[in-house]
Amino acid sequence: MTPTVAEESSAAPIEPAGDRRMPLIPRNTIAGRALIVVVAIMTFLACLTAGSALLVAQASSAWRSDVLSDVTILVKPGPTDDVDRLVDKVVAIAGKSAGTGNVHPYSADDSRKLLRPWLGDRLDLSLLPVPRIIVVHAGSQGDEAVAALRAALAQEAPQADLDDHRVWSSRIGVMAGAVVALAAALFVLVIVAMATAIGFATRGAVAENREIVEVLHFVGASNRFVANEFHSHFQRLGLQGAAIGGGTAIAFFVAAETLSHWSVNSPGGAEIAALFGAFALGPYGYAGLILVAAVVTLLTGLLSRTIVLRHLRVLQ
Amino acid sequence: MLRFEDVALRYGAGDEVVSDLNFSIAPQSFQFLTGPSGAGKTTLLRLMLLSLRPTRGTIHIFGQDSATLTRDDVTALRRRIGVVFQDFRLLDHLTTYENVALPLRALGRAESSYRAEVVELLRWVGLGQRMDAIPPVLSGGEKQRAAIARALIVRPELLLADEPTGNVDPGLARRLLRLFVELHRLGTAVVIATHDLQLMEQFGFARRLVVGDGKLAIFEGAPE
Repeated sequence: MTPTVAEESSAAPIEPAGDRRMPLIPRNTIAGRALIVVVAIMTFLACLTAGSALLVAQASSAWRSDVLSDVTILVKPGPTDDVDRLVDKVVAIAGKSAGTGNVHPYSADDSRKLLRPWLGDRLDLSLLPVPRIIVVHAGSQGDEAVAALRAALAQEAPQADLDDHRVWSSRIGVMAGAVVALAAALFVLVIVAMATAIGFATRGAVAENREIVEVLHFVGASNRFVANEFHSHFQRLGLQGAAIGGGTAIAFFVAAETLSHWSVNSPGGAEIAALFGAFALGPYGYAGLILVAAVVTLLTGLLSRTIVLRHLRVLQ
Repeated sequence: MLRFEDVALRYGAGDEVVSDLNFSIAPQSFQFLTGPSGAGKTTLLRLMLLSLRPTRGTIHIFGQDSATLTRDDVTALRRRIGVVFQDFRLLDHLTTYENVALPLRALGRAESSYRAEVVELLRWVGLGQRMDAIPPVLSGGEKQRAAIARALIVRPELLLADEPTGNVDPGLARRLLRLFVELHRLGTAVVIATHDLQLMEQFGFARRLVVGDGKLAIFEGAPE
């Protein structure tokens, strides 16, 4: 073909610049930026919920593992009993019971120290028949060793009560389960709220770009092609929002972990560390947060694609 | 190629805006669609483009009854039709090159496979120096040529053009018309909606479809 319509200048025609594949849906719109903010906030909340649930589950698992590996024997002396002799006897029974490990008796002074936070310093506890505590490591045989020790104590030292911590462990398990279930419900709510926001944004974008959609149809684009364009547009927005939200959440947990390390020697820090461990999500936890952000990105793209396809069917 | 049988169209519960349309568009034919403003030229073009469905009658397009077409069928048929809109309908955020390449991109072709083709067509319509310009900075005539190039890039079997010379000076209008004629000689059926009588008189061989009061009258052109 030769120029037939307009007079070309004598200069050689310029070649089109590098990448020709500009997105068909304009990127830098106010609605697009607003969606990035919404997705970022929702991703942050979803990651925060998931991370917190994971911390609680990890702490609960650690607590239960700790308390179930030991049993406590409470020695309650009668008015005529020699407490120290009774403790020695129980230690001996525990020591020779099958399957038990280390036996650690608390001295009279240790027992008073344990009561001091509740009864104060002014009371002379030597005047009271303070029970004595013996902690026994249940060893590798677990339930069988505890049953054998319980039977031996019942026969030889009826003044001693054995507590295997199962009631407490069960309550902690139920509480942790409730917290994790609540976190899961919050997570679902955040995702539903985000999906709703994406739905509104997608419908808005289709309406805003209706002329582009019409032109695409007139030049022979299929609904699938149009939906793919919206899909990549929203996936990109979702990726930006999820990266911001997920990145902020990861930074939050890293900062919390660092702060908990710094403050572990303070009284408050020690209690927090006892409750939540080192606030450490660990590599799997952080991988989980990245997974949440990735799912948000995919969800944004797929949801918008589905909505656009449905909208186009109605339009036609 | 295209056959209207007793076609009529009404919007909602209103009167029929066009009715009793009976005509055919033959392959490799050239015709003007004319009539006063508001007579129904654009409506008729939209019926041909399948963006409107008739409320009565039958449209046969490329051998198929339009009433039986699925969405995918319509998409496939539109790929055989080039269309030039009165208001150009170029996408403002895309360059001239990208706008012209749009139908090929919609076909799923790789950019490297059509790059030379698009550049050649842009040079042919005189936009070789304006490939990277976006429509808001193009003149009316440049937009018009970009819109025409976009319609031609898929080498359509049928070209529908709505007032393609409405925004350009008479000299450029004649050159644009010569382009359509050349396209017709290369094998494309051309339908040009216009109310520019002087222009039509310069191409006396063209058939004239005259719309008035929702009806159609046909005047055959002089032999070429």
